[in-house]
Amino acid sequence: MGEFKVHRVRFFDYMPSAIRTMAFNSQTERLAVARADGAVEIFNFNDNFFQEKVIPGQDGRAIEALCWVGHRLFSAGLNGEITEYDLENLRPQYTVDAYGGPIWTISSNSQGTQLAVGCEDGTVKIFAILEERIQFQRNLNRHKGRIISLCWHPSSAQIAAGMTDMITIYDAETGQATRRLLVDRAMGASKNKEVVVWSVGYLSDHTIISGDSAGKVQIWNGLTGTLVRTYLVTKWDVLSLIINASQDESSVIAGTSEGTVIQFQFISSTLDQHDKEWVRTRTFRNHSHDVSALAHTDTAVVSGGMDTQLVVRPLLDKVEKNTQESALRKIAFPHRSLVGCAKKAGLLLFQFPDRLELWKLGESEGHGEQHTHTHTLGEDHICCSALSACGGWLAYSTVSSVRLYRIQYNKTISINKVPKLPKELRSVHQLCFSSDSSKLFASSCQSSVIVVAVSQQECRYLHTLKHKTGEWKARMHLLCASDDGKWLATANTDCEIHIYNLHKMKLHCMVPVYNSCPTTIAIHPVTNNLISVHADQQIFEFSLVQKEYTQWSRRLQTQGLLSLWLERDTPITHITFNPKNPDHIILHDTYMFCIIDQSLPFPELNAVLWNQMTLKNLPVSQRIGQSHAFKICKIFQHLMCVSLLEDLSLVVVERPLLDIMSQLPAPVRQKKFAT
Amino acid sequence: MAALYEGYTLCGLVPDQNLSSSGIQGIEEERDRDHVVVTDSTRSVTLYKVSDQKPLGSWTVKQGQKLTCPAVFNSQTNEYVAVTDNKCVIDRREHFCLFRVLFLQVSSDVWKVHCTHGGEPVVLFQRGAVRLLDSLLAAPQQPIEEVLAQEETIRWSTIIVAETQQFIIITTEQKGEHFLYLQRLNPNSVQRYRLEREEPGLSPLSFSAIYKDKHICLLYLYPNGHMYQSVLSVRGLGTEEGVQALPLPRSLLLGLPVGDGQLEAASAMALDEAHVAVVGVPHPSAGGGKDFLCIWNTNFQTLQAGKEMAGKIYGQLWSYSNKVFIPHGKTLSIIPFECPKSSLASALGKLKHTKTEESKTPNSVPSWNNILHGEKAQPSKTAETRRTRTTRKSQSTTNLTTDQVLELIKTAPVEEIQKEVEGFLTRSEFQDLQPSVGQLALTLVSRSLADPAFYSSSTLAQLVHTRCLCHSVCPDLVLLALEKKDYFLCQLCLQFFPDIPEAVTCACLKAFISMPDVDAEKVSLEPNSVTFMENLITRDRAEAGLQNGFSPTSSVVNDRQTRAEDKKKASAPSQLICPVGLHKAVLINEILQTPYSDTFLLPHLKDLSSQNVMLFLQYLQFLYLKYSQDAFPQMEGFRSPSLSQIMDWVCLLLDAHFTVLVMTPEAKGLLLNLHSFVKSQVRLVSELGKIEGSLQQLHKMKAKESIGQYSIEIIELF
Repeated sequence: MGEFKVHRVRFFDYMPSAIRTMAFNSQTERLAVARADGAVEIFNFNDNFFQEKVIPGQDGRAIEALCWVGHRLFSAGLNGEITEYDLENLRPQYTVDAYGGPIWTISSNSQGTQLAVGCEDGTVKIFAILEERIQFQRNLNRHKGRIISLCWHPSSAQIAAGMTDMITIYDAETGQATRRLLVDRAMGASKNKEVVVWSVGYLSDHTIISGDSAGKVQIWNGLTGTLVRTYLVTKWDVLSLIINASQDESSVIAGTSEGTVIQFQFISSTLDQHDKEWVRTRTFRNHSHDVSALAHTDTAVVSGGMDTQLVVRPLLDKVEKNTQESALRKIAFPHRSLVGCAKKAGLLLFQFPDRLELWKLGESEGHGEQHTHTHTLGEDHICCSALSACGGWLAYSTVSSVRLYRIQYNKTISINKVPKLPKELRSVHQLCFSSDSSKLFASSCQSSVIVVAVSQQECRYLHTLKHKTGEWKARMHLLCASDDGKWLATANTDCEIHIYNLHKMKLHCMVPVYNSCPTTIAIHPVTNNLISVHADQQIFEFSLVQKEYTQWSRRLQTQGLLSLWLERDTPITHITFNPKNPDHIILHDTYMFCIIDQSLPFPELNAVLWNQMTLKNLPVSQRIGQSHAFKICKIFQHLMCVSLLEDLSLVVVERPLLDIMSQLPAPVRQKKFAT
Repeated sequence: MAALYEGYTLCGLVPDQNLSSSGIQGIEEERDRDHVVVTDSTRSVTLYKVSDQKPLGSWTVKQGQKLTCPAVFNSQTNEYVAVTDNKCVIDRREHFCLFRVLFLQVSSDVWKVHCTHGGEPVVLFQRGAVRLLDSLLAAPQQPIEEVLAQEETIRWSTIIVAETQQFIIITTEQKGEHFLYLQRLNPNSVQRYRLEREEPGLSPLSFSAIYKDKHICLLYLYPNGHMYQSVLSVRGLGTEEGVQALPLPRSLLLGLPVGDGQLEAASAMALDEAHVAVVGVPHPSAGGGKDFLCIWNTNFQTLQAGKEMAGKIYGQLWSYSNKVFIPHGKTLSIIPFECPKSSLASALGKLKHTKTEESKTPNSVPSWNNILHGEKAQPSKTAETRRTRTTRKSQSTTNLTTDQVLELIKTAPVEEIQKEVEGFLTRSEFQDLQPSVGQLALTLVSRSLADPAFYSSSTLAQLVHTRCLCHSVCPDLVLLALEKKDYFLCQLCLQFFPDIPEAVTCACLKAFISMPDVDAEKVSLEPNSVTFMENLITRDRAEAGLQNGFSPTSSVVNDRQTRAEDKKKASAPSQLICPVGLHKAVLINEILQTPYSDTFLLPHLKDLSSQNVMLFLQYLQFLYLKYSQDAFPQMEGFRSPSLSQIMDWVCLLLDAHFTVLVMTPEAKGLLLNLHSFVKSQVRLVSELGKIEGSLQQLHKMKAKESIGQYSIEIIELF
């Protein structure tokens, strides 16, 4: 295959934000994760844990709690507001101020009719959930001290509220506190420090389970208000606690400041006995820092915290062993590309939540890169950005606005904002320049694609591409224009891929819907075939002209991909092509990049997928017989982007996980080996 | 390795009040090895039977009289000669029954009466004159000349028999100078020597003389621990009366550890050519106490055995028939010892088992169990337990058994020897074996050499099997076996002896190669090595791969090309024919595995005839091909030459006979083949060298791996 010159780039200081809280919707199998910068991410647990939606954050929006009500997602934060999100257009739909100071917790009743929020001023406020909005109903009796945690009884008749030094049980009807459970403070020196009940759970048999800052998990009888059992699980805080409410409420997990997740199960301590009790069963240690967010799915424990990684730990008694399903999964990087690459100009665009960085690659061996920062002005975070192939244009978008910049360089780089943008460009999800940089495509809120002509002189609205009126609501998360300027492909989170004919400015066709979300799409510059890679790691090639899957794609499907390929746990996020050799498709995930040579046979099902070492050691004459279509290179790790420049040199943007870990704050001190 | 065994008490002592002397004047051997005459320092002479530890009779001189020198036993006439108040007394009666005493009044004071076993008593006068007792009896009042100068006094004297000639050795002191007189009897002649001065004020503590290699060796110990040896020639004794003293050359034999201060009551005695018993000298690893009896090997200057003696040491020591008589405290102890012929191998601990033996020997006590049932029971390690008389007795009987077996070997027929030796071997404890096995083998070999009709193969094989033998202990064994065409014994020796000289190895090789195959097949050899060779010769390719279901890949030669070449030449390995017969091959294998040093081997190798060399080379080639082609593993549990041993021998042979081989037309093909071996080996080594380089590179690469923020690299995809 040959040699490649590789620009190995490690100066992208991407730093994911800490996971603050999460909520799992067991009906839709979606996990909502809120990060410390206010961003909310939606993971689809049905589709290979694909991160299908990201709602960008905002300065000052500190989400403390998330709550699913049916398909609706609510959040509450320390800014005192309750927010409902528009999950189609990926932005806050509305916010309601609770007027109780910072909100620590939010919880809905089992019927999904009422929302309780716990406020700093010690009130529990009940909101009625209506169509399209929520409405304040009433306050429960106020107590001194903040409400840290809340949990509804499944019957919706009671609410348990965790406070400092105690747990209060309210009658949801009357609003009166019926019981007060006093929580012991920690022993020893911290006796004077008040104990915070960080998390509370309310079971249908009126058992209350609490986790507090003294490191205790306590089990109470909610009817009598008596303490049943205390487990001291850590020297530090038990930050989060969750019950597998969707199932039989027989398992509770608690996350601690030490990074451990501890499972308690309601089982009989001896066999053949019916009196069950809560027993500490398992300890998972997958985090280095606070575990502040937990979710309990039917089969797995999902945890996240300060160390920014989302960890899905399958419970081995619930899944089949030694399958992909039973594998531990750590999600450390976003499932979308944050790097833009101008192939002709050798520029790199790095997207951070609050800024963009533009870098120029070195010409030779020397490290001659220059860079420029572009700062956003508003408090909204960037949701998408694009760099034209010629390197002359840069566009980015926040939830509320789009900006376009003209980049010029004569010795020094000058970046000028293009002043007047068409009104239609207001809130977009994805931006994309045509290959000749004359057009900018933007997927818009109205599930449409806006085409804007950009030139030196002006920026002019051309057209809005819509395939049908009305019912199509899913937003488009991927855009891709063909090199010849004729085609535009769009993909949305409903797994639909549409092809538009840009000459005629109308829908050309729709690719047959596959049941897994496309993670990236690209149109081949020579053959005009659409390559799509999906969250389940399948690869398809669709001929735009013939409107059918190509022979290659059919052969691939017939033969099937190797299990090693299918079991990779990070999605392909970018595809490029080799302009000199149309057979080569270059794609990458976090841990490898792969050049698919369409002229070579597929590997046999029992073949070695990563055969580069074997090939290397064979004499040249024998390599042909041994090689197959997948050329995988694992030299570079934690890839953010792999792209092929026009001069055929590869650009590899790495972000080593170790670098991320080293920038995290110090974890809680743990005594190790008598230090 | 010399060994001291558990001692036993012969009798109690009555030392004088200040413990300065032991109360014993001397101990002399009586009619046989089991009887000794002990003369105490005052009036009595006692005859003891050593093995029974009991007195058989005693004889006291009259009140007022005093014995002035140890009584001796004249075995020719069965009479005792004692000296009272410097006058001779002859007791002609059996067993001290005070029957007839002859007093002999001589004209000069007697110093001592000496008598060798079976020899005539010799009277030594205080002024240095020497008379045979018979001549004195004939003329008691004959004039006695004065040999010594004025103020010269005798310090010590002894008698030594050298080739039927009796010598009296006298050491004297005159004004701090020490002289030595070597007095020959019949015809009488005397030679005077002057001992070199040690540090001023030091006079020798003890003397000991021994006859070896036609010389008299004189050992003397000084208080500073230096032990010197002087060698006196027996032949070159001048006939004229030596008036002027020749200087006596000496050599420092041992520098014994002295501890603090100087030795006071110490004594050294030569036990045989190489061993010295020393008493009253500290044990080098036991602090400053001087109450030790030690046996030193003077050849290697190593301490061979040591034993702490309870009570005061008087610096007296006698030794008769492998027993040391030593007065200490208030007892006279007898300590049996053994000084087998020592070899360097055993001295350095190279011989197997010497180590364990060394640690156990001093305390070893045979137990009744072993003696009665021949069990190889755990050697009892009880160190200082109280021993009963019976145990002591049993000890001595075992020792006697060794001697008896030795005696037996000298005369008995083969079958009896075989039976006895076998019995002896099963009876004896392992650690006792080494000294005695050497003796047995030596005696057997010397008898076989002397008597061509006598040869006991199985007995010798049995002895070799004990692994207590080595070539230096019994140097004639291998050649004897070769001479007798006892190839099985040869094989055993080659296997078990670590120190076969290259000359002998070569002699064996020569014999093996030139022996006709027909003869060889008749020989029964060690089955293990035969099986190995059988496997090697008969195995075909199919079974070559499989061993316990595991098929090892060739670790020796991986070079495909070489293998292809070899295959071409040998067409098919199964057709490889062993150039020598099975048994011959087994024997040659044994040669290949003996240790050697090529500088010493090479000259002997040149003696081989060119036919032999050809045959040997062909065989080596066969082995090499077998090893390399069949991916032949060194079979577990089989003794087999290694590939490198084979290659070494090929090289040695070529070195030794290269010109001859080049000139021999038949050798051409062989040489070419061997050349290809060498080539393949060279290639293998060079491949290994290449790998070494890349492995080192790999090592270095690990250290690298620091990637900056940005770099441009080249990768290659295939």
